[in-house]
Amino acid sequence: MTTRIDTRFAALKSEGRAALVTFVMAGDPDHATALDVIKALPAAGADLIEIGMPFTDPMADGPAIQAAGLRALAGGETLHSTIDIVRSFRKGDSETPIILMGYFNPIYIYGVEVFLKDAKEAGVDGLIVVDCPPEEDDELCKPALKAGLNFIRLATPTTDEKRLPKVLSNTSGFVYYVSIAGITGAATPDFGKVATAVARIKMHTDLPVAVGFGVKTAADASAIAKGADGVVVGSALVEAVRKSLDADGKATAQTVSAVTALVSEIAAGVRAVKK
Amino acid sequence: MTIQQTLNSFRTGPDETGHFGNFGGRFVAETLMPLILDLEKAYTEAKADPAFHAELASFHTHYVGRPSPLYFAERLTEHVGGAKIYLKRDELNHTGAHKINNVLGQILLARRMGKTRIIAETGAGQHGVATATACARFGLKCIVYMGAVDVERQKPNVFRMRMLGAEIVPVVSGSKTLKDAMNEALRDWVSNVEDTFYCIGTSAGPHPYPMMVRDFQSIIGKEAREQMLEREGRLPDSLVACIGGGSNAIGLFHPFLDDPSVAIYGVEAAGHGVASGAHAASLNGGRPGVLHGNRTYLLMDADGQIAEAHSISAGLDYPGIGPEHAWLHDTGRVTYLSTTDSEALEAFQLLSKLEGIIPALEPAHAIARAVEIAASKPKDHLMIVNLCGRGDKDIFSVAEHLGGME
Ligand SMILES: Cc1ncc(COP(=O)(O)O)c(C=O)c1O
Repeated sequence: MTTRIDTRFAALKSEGRAALVTFVMAGDPDHATALDVIKALPAAGADLIEIGMPFTDPMADGPAIQAAGLRALAGGETLHSTIDIVRSFRKGDSETPIILMGYFNPIYIYGVEVFLKDAKEAGVDGLIVVDCPPEEDDELCKPALKAGLNFIRLATPTTDEKRLPKVLSNTSGFVYYVSIAGITGAATPDFGKVATAVARIKMHTDLPVAVGFGVKTAADASAIAKGADGVVVGSALVEAVRKSLDADGKATAQTVSAVTALVSEIAAGVRAVKK
Repeated sequence: MTIQQTLNSFRTGPDETGHFGNFGGRFVAETLMPLILDLEKAYTEAKADPAFHAELASFHTHYVGRPSPLYFAERLTEHVGGAKIYLKRDELNHTGAHKINNVLGQILLARRMGKTRIIAETGAGQHGVATATACARFGLKCIVYMGAVDVERQKPNVFRMRMLGAEIVPVVSGSKTLKDAMNEALRDWVSNVEDTFYCIGTSAGPHPYPMMVRDFQSIIGKEAREQMLEREGRLPDSLVACIGGGSNAIGLFHPFLDDPSVAIYGVEAAGHGVASGAHAASLNGGRPGVLHGNRTYLLMDADGQIAEAHSISAGLDYPGIGPEHAWLHDTGRVTYLSTTDSEALEAFQLLSKLEGIIPALEPAHAIARAVEIAASKPKDHLMIVNLCGRGDKDIFSVAEHLGGME
């Protein structure tokens, strides 16, 4: 089974550059604006799109993404409406891979089988579910693979040599290396250490390795792109959304362009690295 | 009740993957996974080491003041006119609640593991105080996460923790109560993986916490069992305990789970009433979901977003419950009831006036239901209520509810 994710990484490899993976929160600050932002991402330079599924208790996220999720929930976003975003996006873009990222409970309550069917039909390509480690693979990972979705796993600085094969089993699409032991939006990583870790993962898998957590600028993106197949940027984009809002927390005419401007800047950083 | 009939024992859980039936498990981010596997290994080793148990027992005797008395509440019994009510007096423990039983176990384990920085979440502040106390005793750095709302309503405990040298971090994310404090503690742990030990205060969280906390709290039930046999020559007929995450309750219940003659009642916080929506009764008003590393009953909306709990008692104000209770509920072994804010306030006053014991608001929830159950029982019915905390921390907020201290 080849998914849009596989196709995209293969194409970029032959182009000789890394992928830019962008994360934004569904429904932030409202459903319509988030959809406009997401639709504008590919033209701004995003190669893959991660859409956050808002959750009240995002235990691996820092303040920026926590706040984005709460803005989205306050605006009435639900997992059903998040899948609608993907459906609408797919009407105009059949190639850019879409990955839903979040926590298990909303999916569990939606119903795993129904969720996978609806997500697949809407045009979702992969899932990242932070609180479903390999130890709980029967819950979501295996059913997702069976439903034809990629299940992208996080590898972290605490994932040692012995555990890595376990993390890589049942993984598909790409491996998401979390550059720091920490939450999203935390400190900028030590790029040397990240490159070593990526090389170590690549010894165990042929899957592309994307690196995220702590990427804020074009320079960060270039530094990561040297060793990795993809660069993930999230908190910085979510912060761009926040800063564009008016005093009541509502979207303004600048919201979409604030995000796309930053994406273009970071995309230039990624593309400057030839491989 | 079919499950109950097919089970040989209610005391063998969890299985090796941390499940109690369909509940429990290890739903955590990858960063934490190696840490909880490490913890499980260290705990399994400690559990098999007589030296660990000896050290813990010595601290129980000389530092905590165990065993706690099993006290016959004569005037309460007379007042009710039914069952003979005994109180398991864990409120007499050093630091004023059962929380220290668990904390000492975990801190001794942290020392064995070479961890130097202890983090904890707290609601009422009792677990925070117990953790700060043990950290002071062993010279460990202590950081306590506490919802900003709780920092406000449990001021005496905030001051105690500071006196003990702990750093208090008010949590302003989400609903600013216990669940958010737990989120923040987990975020800290993800960010400080080398030197940090997360000392969870209740029988919840990812495996092995629910099992480990239960084991450390089971001292309550083990003592109560021996004490009752000594006093009355037989087992009690019923047990009653309040439930926040469920640690004092499972501690009392666990040694009795395989004694079918013992009726067991857990009491959740019904806040303004389960029907009102403003409560903390996950079993009576919630449904199964996944939060804080385990599958259990939770309060949530139709979209799986976690709801804010409400209880007059900060220690019960949590939208979930330990996974073992979820399982005991589904199997029917334990009956879960609930008590409203105003019923708890009445019980708080009743016990104070009749027995000269000011209970914490948490066990006041248990007292309220115990009194009701006892009234319907014969005089030879033996009941044990877990008096798991004292009310010193609550007197100011109770005074506010009752209209002043004049
Ligand atoms: C005195 C007391 N009782 C009960 C609780 C509730 O916790 P658990 O259900 O884990 O016993 C608390 C929590 O803070 C407490 O302080």
